[in-house]
Amino acid sequence: MAMQFYASPEQVMRDRSEYARKGISRGRSVVVFSYEGGVLFVAENPSNALHKVSEIYDRIAFAAVGKYNEFENLRVAGVRLADMRGYSYDRRDVTARGLANAYAQTLGAIFTEQSKPYEVEICVAQVGASAEEDELYRLTYDGSVGDEPGYVAMGGQSEAIATVLRKGHRTELGLADAIALAVSALASVGGENGQPRTLTAPQLEVAVLERTRPGRAFRRIVGARLDELVTSAGTTPAEDATEAPPATEPTPPAAGGES
Amino acid sequence: MAAGLERSGRLPQAYLTPGSSSFTELLAATAPEMLPGRRALPPGVADLAPHGTTIVAATFDGGVVMAGDRRATMGNIIASRDMQKVYPADAYSCVGIAGTAGIAIEMVRLYSVELEHYEKIEGAVLSLAGKANRLSSMIRGNLGAAMQGLAVVPLFAGFDLDAPVGSSAGRIFSYDVTGGCYEEKQFHSVGSGSLFAKSAMKKRYRDGSTAEDTVRLLAEALYDAADDDSATGGPDMTRGIYPVVMVVDADGVRRLPDEEVAAVVATVVEGRMVNPGG
Repeated sequence: MAMQFYASPEQVMRDRSEYARKGISRGRSVVVFSYEGGVLFVAENPSNALHKVSEIYDRIAFAAVGKYNEFENLRVAGVRLADMRGYSYDRRDVTARGLANAYAQTLGAIFTEQSKPYEVEICVAQVGASAEEDELYRLTYDGSVGDEPGYVAMGGQSEAIATVLRKGHRTELGLADAIALAVSALASVGGENGQPRTLTAPQLEVAVLERTRPGRAFRRIVGARLDELVTSAGTTPAEDATEAPPATEPTPPAAGGES
Repeated sequence: MAAGLERSGRLPQAYLTPGSSSFTELLAATAPEMLPGRRALPPGVADLAPHGTTIVAATFDGGVVMAGDRRATMGNIIASRDMQKVYPADAYSCVGIAGTAGIAIEMVRLYSVELEHYEKIEGAVLSLAGKANRLSSMIRGNLGAAMQGLAVVPLFAGFDLDAPVGSSAGRIFSYDVTGGCYEEKQFHSVGSGSLFAKSAMKKRYRDGSTAEDTVRLLAEALYDAADDDSATGGPDMTRGIYPVVMVVDADGVRRLPDEEVAAVVATVVEGRMVNPGG
């Protein structure tokens, strides 16, 4: 008689979770948060062509970390769902909540039914009339969905990045300050001996959902404008950020933390 | 499926399948009943469906302007006085429609979703010729209905972002009911009053004119069309209903505010008080 191997459901799920988590933590990170002018997305992504942040609909955008082919698949499906909804009903009937639910059901089903879970973590964000009305949903590989309060950090060492965001995040931040905060959060991990790294514009993918723009609110920040914003972020660290500026930078006028 | 979700609330398998970046193809695969031109028609509906009429477009140095009157007719009845027949298709193009109003509006809606869908999925904008060809295939799909009297004849105009320096970036494309797509030089018109509008533009069109001059040219052409074609609406001064005018240039597409159009139309009408023939 053939030997039957038994694995408890707990064990199976644990193994899958561990597998997915490992895959995600290998990748570079993405931060998403509300600022004064809308919702900001900053990803560490050296590629100009393979995006981690994309437009879904008028007020909705998508950010992801993990395996590119898997989250690209989800992104395309999201665009299809949103366009189909908007075409069947009205443009205003396409919501981030509906999309987050569809993603949650899909990821949940893939996690339990297929032998290999998706190694992705995604954020669906919708910009509202004010920062309080912004909606940020974070979805993980097993289909769990969280309604996040103002900011999301995903990818490798997301806990450490979230800590920096928690300290510095305020919804009244202007665009320059918001980018400075995002860059300092992303740069706070992965350096040698726990030192912050220096991130430059070509390493970043930056996009915003603009609160005041009518119709399609998604806009990428690229080229000279991005250079300018990231360079100024390097010289004036966000308020309350504990990281000291790199040694080569001039001393900030305000009393900054010393490492 | 109209809402786009499976009963379980999951994304349908068709959405997760990699492949086409065309929204029309997605509709054909998942909800074919929502495509215009895919429905069986009883004979004799053509007389009951409102028809939209005259659309005019002309290029200028740096772009193209398109305008349409506001009337829809149903036989001898005026079905609508303030119908919009010129729509932005995407950020750099617009489309005007003549023919069966219901199908035409549905087609324009589908067309603008088609362009936006491609842009989002591919992360790149279609070339102007590519956009014109997509519209062509949509009209071809409506051929069956067109043969029963429910024809849609659009006019497409846009700003060509890839145009070589020194050449005119404003381009106009016309269509026939079978989907044939023809690029037009300088100006064109479709719809029941197009014969008169085109004659008017032929006499008045000047190379190297400005956007303002071209808006005036189109207002004159629409006036002439309304003058001689009962299905084309003239400017309705008493109700304040004026043609819809879209200007497409390097900054993108924008609809001229009614006040601006009203001012242009007022000068046209004033001129006609003295010389009714223009």
